[in-house]
Amino acid sequence: MELAIFLIFSALAVVSALVVVTHRDPVKSTLSLVVTLFSTGVLFLLLGAPFVGVLQVLVYTGAIVVLFLFVVMLLNLQREARSEGGGRLQRVFAIAGALAFLATSGVAIWRSAAGTAVGALQQDFVSLTAFATELFDRFLLPFEIIGLLLLVAVIAAYVLARRPEGSVAAAIDEHHAGSGAGGSEVTR
Amino acid sequence: MSVQTIAMLVKLGAFLIVLLTIIPVMVWVERRGGAMMQDRPGPNRLGPFGLLQPLADAGKFIFKEDITPSESDRLLYLLAPVLALIPAFSTFVVIPLGPTIEIAGVQVPMMVAPAETGVLLFLALASLGVYSLVIAGYASNNKYSLLGSIRASAQMISYELALTLSVVAVLLPVGSFRLDRVVEYQIDGVWNIIPQIIGFVVFLIAAFAETNRLPFDLPEAESELVAGYHTEYSAMRFACFFMAEYAAMTVLSALAVTLYLGGWHLPGVDLASMGILGVVIGAAVLLAKVGAFLFFFVWVRWSFPRFRYDQLMAIGWKGLLPLAIINLIWVAAASLAGWL
Repeated sequence: MELAIFLIFSALAVVSALVVVTHRDPVKSTLSLVVTLFSTGVLFLLLGAPFVGVLQVLVYTGAIVVLFLFVVMLLNLQREARSEGGGRLQRVFAIAGALAFLATSGVAIWRSAAGTAVGALQQDFVSLTAFATELFDRFLLPFEIIGLLLLVAVIAAYVLARRPEGSVAAAIDEHHAGSGAGGSEVTR
Repeated sequence: MSVQTIAMLVKLGAFLIVLLTIIPVMVWVERRGGAMMQDRPGPNRLGPFGLLQPLADAGKFIFKEDITPSESDRLLYLLAPVLALIPAFSTFVVIPLGPTIEIAGVQVPMMVAPAETGVLLFLALASLGVYSLVIAGYASNNKYSLLGSIRASAQMISYELALTLSVVAVLLPVGSFRLDRVVEYQIDGVWNIIPQIIGFVVFLIAAFAETNRLPFDLPEAESELVAGYHTEYSAMRFACFFMAEYAAMTVLSALAVTLYLGGWHLPGVDLASMGILGVVIGAAVLLAKVGAFLFFFVWVRWSFPRFRYDQLMAIGWKGLLPLAIINLIWVAAASLAGWL
């Protein structure tokens, strides 16, 4: 039973993750992401970490991807044009990122095969109190750093999305902002 | 089968039957109640007081033509109404019906899933509800539907925050996510509505927004968007959205009652020592409180006009969210001082 659930949801997670990166329709990509994150949540439940599993569904599936969908639907609903692979720098970073990921997961698999894994989930990790203690005590610094990272990402998105002043687009934008009360505010 | 399995199946069956019965009754209450408030008779031809009207409605839904627009995204279009029903009919598993009883030496808590994650599970499942709206609007390939979906997604994110923060404030002094603990806590002390009246009001308003009820029904605003995200749906598929709305209202009312109004608690009566009778009375008390809440939903719907979109966002972010945070700080301080 447990094995069947694991197989179904891990297969679902992998397939939907592939759909996320390959599908041409941004809305469908995002919807696949929902399936990926939900399946990962179920996998956490199977691992005996119900809190992480439920939080995964609550935060990612239920809130963050909804935000993605909102932005995607609001901005561009056309099918993605096949771009010619971005810049040279982008490719270098993409390959480096993929290699880093492969190395990390390779080390993890090798370690667990050799029986020297960092540690299986402890039983007290399941309870909320132990989970909170771990998160806000032992892992406080990584936790804060992730928070900082998210803040940087928000600022970066704002800077990237801001149109250069004096451009035609900005002028049109200004014009719309003057005429519409609520709608154009949301668009920006 | 063990006692636990049998008890779980019985609880599941009882809950589903009650929930499925409430929906047609609510449709009747909505139509007759609305008529009463607008000083008109309402549906009164079928059966005494028009009570058989929901049956006629159901028959009509079943036999109407089921239309799928030719330019729609077929798979997603058919998926959306089903997705609408799943969260509405799964969230009730964490609501306690009555006190824990002992059957054949086994402690049986009166909720379908006595999970440690409790109310978090409720919120996680409920948060998936927005996808049916978004998918319905997107798959219909209709600009009004799409506008409805976009509004739905923005509205859900905005109000979920305030809703969750007010729930967190309730859990803080209890120290557990399990709703039966929340009820026990209220039996020992006072109902949460008294120390957390701000949180209760925030929860209530956010609940209206989460269920897309007037004055927050912008995703389907019929005067601007025809019928919003379900414009293209007909027959039973439309009825699915309809049923999901009423089921969601019912479970959210049950959650509100459990969090703030003592759940199955009847003041002055010790239901916990009455065994199975206590459960029956507790369930009846819970149902009565939920009924009062549902009537409130109807009352508000027929009393207030719809908010404008910018007003909706302003209320969510500038009104409810700060209030929810103030409530959270107050509850945290009061718990720390030992008042709660």
